[in-house]
Amino acid sequence: MTFAIELAYWQQSILRVIGVLAAVLIPAGTFVYVFLFKMVSFMQSRLGPMEAGPYGSMQLFAEVGKFIQKEDIVPDAADKGLFKLAPYLIVASVLLTYFVVPFGPDAVFANLDVGIFFALAVSSISVIGILIAGWASANKYSLLGGLRAAGQLIAYELPLLLAVVGVVIQAGTMNLQGIVAAQADGSVFGWSGIGNPYFLTQFIGLFIFLVAAQAELTQTPFDMPIAESELVAGYMTEYSGVRFLLFFIAEFASAGAFAALAATLFLGGWYFPGLDATANYMNVVGPLILLAKIMLIGGLIFFIRFTYPRFREDQLQRFAWTILIPLSLLNIFVTAILKVVF
Amino acid sequence: MPKIPGLVKGLGVTFKEMTKTVFPNEGVKKLKPNPSKGAVTVQYPHEKEAPATRARGVIALLEENCTVCMLCARSCPDWCIYIEGHKQKAPPRRPGGKERTVSALDRFDIDYALCMYCGICVEVCPFDALFWSPEYEYSEPRIAELLHDKSRLGEWMDAVPEYEPYEAGSEVKVKKLPKKGAK
Amino acid sequence: MTAVSERGQLQYIAAQAADARVNVELETEGMTLNIGPQHPATHGTLRIIVRLDGEQVISADPVMGYMHRGYEKLVEVRTYPQINTLVNRIDWLSSFCNEVPFILAAEQLMDVQAPPRAQWIRTALFEMGRVANIGLFLGEMGLQLGALTAAFYAFRDREYVLNQIEAVTGGRFHPNFDRIGGLKDDLPKGWVDETKRVMQRLRDYCDEMETLLVGNEIFEARTRGIGVIPAEIGLSYGLSGANIRASGVDWDIRRDDPQSPLPYKELDWKVWTHPDGDSFARYWVRLQETREATALVDQLLDGLPSGPIMAKVPRIIKVPEGEAYVATENPLGEMGYYVVSKGDLGPFRVKIRTASFNNISILPWVLKGVYVPDVITILGTLYFILGDIDR
Repeated sequence: MTFAIELAYWQQSILRVIGVLAAVLIPAGTFVYVFLFKMVSFMQSRLGPMEAGPYGSMQLFAEVGKFIQKEDIVPDAADKGLFKLAPYLIVASVLLTYFVVPFGPDAVFANLDVGIFFALAVSSISVIGILIAGWASANKYSLLGGLRAAGQLIAYELPLLLAVVGVVIQAGTMNLQGIVAAQADGSVFGWSGIGNPYFLTQFIGLFIFLVAAQAELTQTPFDMPIAESELVAGYMTEYSGVRFLLFFIAEFASAGAFAALAATLFLGGWYFPGLDATANYMNVVGPLILLAKIMLIGGLIFFIRFTYPRFREDQLQRFAWTILIPLSLLNIFVTAILKVVF
Repeated sequence: MPKIPGLVKGLGVTFKEMTKTVFPNEGVKKLKPNPSKGAVTVQYPHEKEAPATRARGVIALLEENCTVCMLCARSCPDWCIYIEGHKQKAPPRRPGGKERTVSALDRFDIDYALCMYCGICVEVCPFDALFWSPEYEYSEPRIAELLHDKSRLGEWMDAVPEYEPYEAGSEVKVKKLPKKGAK
Repeated sequence: MTAVSERGQLQYIAAQAADARVNVELETEGMTLNIGPQHPATHGTLRIIVRLDGEQVISADPVMGYMHRGYEKLVEVRTYPQINTLVNRIDWLSSFCNEVPFILAAEQLMDVQAPPRAQWIRTALFEMGRVANIGLFLGEMGLQLGALTAAFYAFRDREYVLNQIEAVTGGRFHPNFDRIGGLKDDLPKGWVDETKRVMQRLRDYCDEMETLLVGNEIFEARTRGIGVIPAEIGLSYGLSGANIRASGVDWDIRRDDPQSPLPYKELDWKVWTHPDGDSFARYWVRLQETREATALVDQLLDGLPSGPIMAKVPRIIKVPEGEAYVATENPLGEMGYYVVSKGDLGPFRVKIRTASFNNISILPWVLKGVYVPDVITILGTLYFILGDIDR
């Protein structure tokens, strides 16, 4: 981050820590309140939490307080070190994903040239965390959930990557800040009024990315690893208290992370047509615009989560390997040809 | 016209329910969000739903009608009614007549921790001493307090509603609540 | 002779033995998993011991009895009105339907006929119990498969039916309204119109479930071809109700019982069957049955005869000596009571034949070779209530 005023390194570090916590917790918290508490309640003709604060807005803090004061239970037969390690791995993976997401022209934690590659790579670390949680719980249901998760998450990494390759080809760079700039400065058939948001040309890529993201987040219809009515809570069954809170935060923060990536890659990121892309005030307005786009995509993710039943594991795998991957390869093929031709 | 896949129609159902809950108003105020009205949730204890007139909430006792015949205690499937009484002399009905013996009620307890709310006791009482009331807010933190004694059962008489009229085609006569102190 | 030294040979043999030990220790054949007794998918405290090979079931054994309350012993020391109260609690989602076969058996022994108005209202409440019970099934089947929203719609629309039952009987879950010789009380004013409105609302709910679940491709992929029960196997295991109708057998006690005093023969209705016998067929048959039940309620309330609500029976009921068995088509299947009376205030012995007990006897056969998620689907579509199994 570049600053107009000179701060000492330790002051910059504190700001960075606060910034990353805000960047992770604000989308997670907003997702939980708006979608999990309110949107799903309205879809089911009920009101959701209403007592804690006006319209239940403080419910989130009440839940955090409740989880913090719970007893620390570790099953007797569990592998204690691994059991305690698993939530931290998943949270670490989610936090790392937020590093490369640009929130404004200068507001990015690490402007890496391999931005999107880095983001997808560290989001795969959560697979290890889930497997460890499933194995170390000494519970057959957790084991089933963990093994299902391993198969599913590895299968859906590929469509996720291949969907992004189309965008990278079109933008010419893996740097996320550069992708936003390419969308901002681009033109549709010569008209550059709204730039060139990639959902217009890469709509197949967007579809594949959203489906694969839904699977990566283990949300219904791909929530076999959790499968509430079969496995109780899948790999999370034996976790309670703060560890469960970490899983919970990680689930919603990673939903925010994937929504942020989708917004950056396909919807134009922090840029909105008509605004100056290099002004300093965009460092304040940009995050708000990105938050709005994150809410849009997050809304879609949760809308589908609460409406559909879930796939069985083999149907899930068949869908990934026989439909999504060939479709994404076709997308790359067509994009590459069109990029060369035009 | 190609068939809309079922997946999309399913999304339409939930979306429609959401809009119905958030914007339940008709007419001019159509787009004013009012989820408290659109949702089916009744926010107890701020709002309360009125139960039906015949709802079996609590049993009330009209002590002056009770003759300690013990029919209710015998017919309870759970044996949750505890009755004790004694015989005492009462003045004759007409001056110069014989002295009567009447039964007086010492103890009439209903244990609502055991009661199944079946209503057999109310039905078999030949003297109209027990009545149903739709009151339901009498939960206690201690189970022993759920044993209602005869004064508390007498207080419930204030909550007993009048009997409702019947549908067309019925040949049953509507019963009347006895007035207190009529005997 | 090879150039391998004796030391090499010994090392090779030791390595083989070590491998064999590891295989035995890892025991890579079959994992025993306990589904239940506390589990979100079994409707209550049913325990199923499955042996799994990966995710496929090798064998399944249901263990029931966690909810046994000893009904057949309890009723030996109680009178008929008291038994009527207890019997409500066997299948608690459609409680009125449990009372009806018992009362019909007692009336058969006493040779008493309830007046026509009582029979029609009895049937109307019976069908409303069916709507409440199977209506809930339609929604919570979605819950078993992961669609959470459907279950909420089921509970929301079931409330309206329960409100109507409460308005006439006083109890939402346990009406305790049937009496030997008729009913306890008559209908309150305005009930018929309100009930017709509620039935229309339930029909809209069935349409909603059809769009939300039946038309959903994911639902079809999860239920078509899963848990196929051929008709002969189903009949030999004693399945009844919608389970056997979904395998193509056209059997419904409401239409086929010649002695039933309930007025089904005077009404215009249809028995739904489906030839497939898989989970989708069972869901579809129950959906159509719910719609048919709402139409039946409308017909019953339209044609309600006027008259008394109770026949002339003595105040203290003593049922004469004899034995009688009456079965009715309950929402879960066939439920019957075999009442043996010795002329007392209460019966000598009552044997309760419940539908779910026989319905789950097919579980070891049908669960062989299916995946774990399909176990949940099959348990959901066979639709049992624990109170019905264990009594």
